[in-house]
Formats: sequence, C-alpha cells, structure tokens
Amino acid sequence: MKRKLPWVLLTVFLTIMVAGLLLGEYKTVLEKAVTVCLDCIGIG
Amino acid sequence: MGEKDQAVRMPREKRAWYQAALALGLNAWLPSWFKGEIFQGGVKGVCVPALNCYSCPSAMGACPIGAIQTSFAGLRFNLSIAEKKFGLYVAGFLGAVGSVVGRMPCGWVCPFGFIQELLHKIPTPKVRMPRFMSYFRYVVLATMVVALPLLIVDQFGFGQTWFCKWICPAGTLEAGIPLVILNTDLRPLVGFMYYWKIGLLVLFIGWFILSRRPFCRAVCPLGAIFGLFNKASLFRMAVDDEKCTLCDQCYKDCPVEIKIYESPNTPDCVRCLKCVSSCKFGAISYEFLGKREVARDLRVKSPASS
Repeated sequence: MKRKLPWVLLTVFLTIMVAGLLLGEYKTVLEKAVTVCLDCIGIG
Repeated sequence: MGEKDQAVRMPREKRAWYQAALALGLNAWLPSWFKGEIFQGGVKGVCVPALNCYSCPSAMGACPIGAIQTSFAGLRFNLSIAEKKFGLYVAGFLGAVGSVVGRMPCGWVCPFGFIQELLHKIPTPKVRMPRFMSYFRYVVLATMVVALPLLIVDQFGFGQTWFCKWICPAGTLEAGIPLVILNTDLRPLVGFMYYWKIGLLVLFIGWFILSRRPFCRAVCPLGAIFGLFNKASLFRMAVDDEKCTLCDQCYKDCPVEIKIYESPNTPDCVRCLKCVSSCKFGAISYEFLGKREVARDLRVKSPASS
C-alpha cells in the first residue's frame, strides 16, 4: 500500500492541476505574474 | 550489490553548479535588467518549484507561493461573482511535484536556498538553529499564506498576499531592490513597507551567514508544503541501520542540520543528497521508481559489486 500512495497522490494532484487549467486559472496566474507585484517589492 | 542498485544517479558532487544553472534558468530573461521592467512573456504563468519572485526582472515563471496567495486573496470576490477560480492549478502543481520528489526542489532548484548556502560560506562563528524553530514554517504557511489572505478582506472581498507583503525576503532581494534601482517611476512610492522589508532582509542575511539555511527551515511556506510529501513521495531516502555507525558525519555535512538516520524521510530534509556522499559506510541511499543508489565510490570499492 505504501508504494501505491505516491502514485495515488500524483494522480489526484495532476487531476486537480488539470481541472484548474480547464477553469482558466493559467491565465489568472499569468496576469498576476506579468504585473509588477507591489506587495512583493514592499511598495503595496 | 545488484543491478537494481546502479540505475539512478544524481550528480551530487556538482550540486552547486546545478543550483547556479537553475537559478539562472529560472531568471533567464536578462534584457529586463537593462529596461527596469519585468519579463512579460506568455510562459510566465508556468509555476516554478522554487521561491523565486515573479517580480524579479528576469523571472521566467510564477512563484507558486505568490500565486496561491493571490488565489486565496481573490477567492471570496470570485465566489461573490460566481467566477470559478479556486487556485486548483497551483495547488495541483505543488502536490504533483511533492508527490514525485518531495522537498528535493529546495535542495537543487531554489535560488534563495542557494543564496543562503553561499552566504553561509562566509567564515564567521556559526550558530545552530534550535530544532523547535522548524515548526514555525507551518505557522507561516497556515497564517500568512492561507488564513489571512482568505479571512481579512476589503469591502469588495479582496484579501492581501500577506507573506509576500510582510515577510518574503526573496521578493525584496530579487525584485524590490533591483526594480527600485532600475525603475525611477517606482522610487517615489518607497515608504515604510519598503524599509520594513529591507530591514527584515538585512536581518535574514545576517542569519544566513550564521546558521545553515535558516529561512528554508524556519520560515519558508513552500518548503513546508513540499516537506509534507517527503514521507509519501516516489523519491525516498533510506538508511541501512546495520551499516550506520552513528558517526554523525552526515549531520555535520547536512545543510539543514538533520540526523537522517533518525528519520530518513523527515519533512526537514531538502534531499540535496550530500549525506549519501558523506557516509563512509554506504549506509545512506535513495530510491526512485524502485531503483536505488548508494555512494558511487563505495560501489566501486565493494567486492560485491565486481
């Protein structure tokens, strides 16, 4: 069972990731990433 | 030593070169440094398995901690307008990476971990970080990355990226300082928060010089997430109790000061594999996809390998 757990986790998380991509979350992350994050640099 | 033991090889002795190359690879868009801007290519939505600020001028990908905080911070607003954005992409990415290699990206990929290791080489008296402090990273993860961005929102339902805003020294070092130097439009905006983060960065740098990778061990929420997978990932560390003499050479060489023989897959281990090389008795090995490797030189010397 212990050796199966990583595969189960990998399958579950890949499914979650694909679901996020299908919901258009890549674009959301991209929009944030290509804008200067004022919080990150201490100006926000 | 069987055929099964000879398959997977990690270039342990050259790890610093891999760290340097990957740090450069994650921040490869060097023209941005001359313009005082950040890279804005379409690939930047790809998450990277490292704490690498996406406001670093040359960053090629998205910091997963920044991205997941943004998801949490916008969740209530998105729900209020029936927008289906839950942060599944980033959460799935983190879980998928963790399921395969656990915390290995901390030891091999993360530029901020590499910076800490370099600064620690400065010859000064060194201080061991108290072990209990390693639990603090879970507090940071639970509060600054998850709870506060979700719970404290403005009148429109937007939260803030609390970890990025108040703590993250990687953002200050990789983005805050260069952008304020390079971009004159940003300079008038510098205020209390900027000086707070600069002060915090200075304190962290002092700590990096004195202790081994203290940010990774005590603060980093990304390390906290990946570390949770160490016990259940495809990549696994193993210690042969019969060969281990408890000489503590692995502990002395470990960049995060763990005794791997006590718990080979502890969430604190960044899987740099230095201990595999350090162990003179071949007691420490690692497995990936059913294949195992111990130190290369030991394999050559072993009568059983011929």
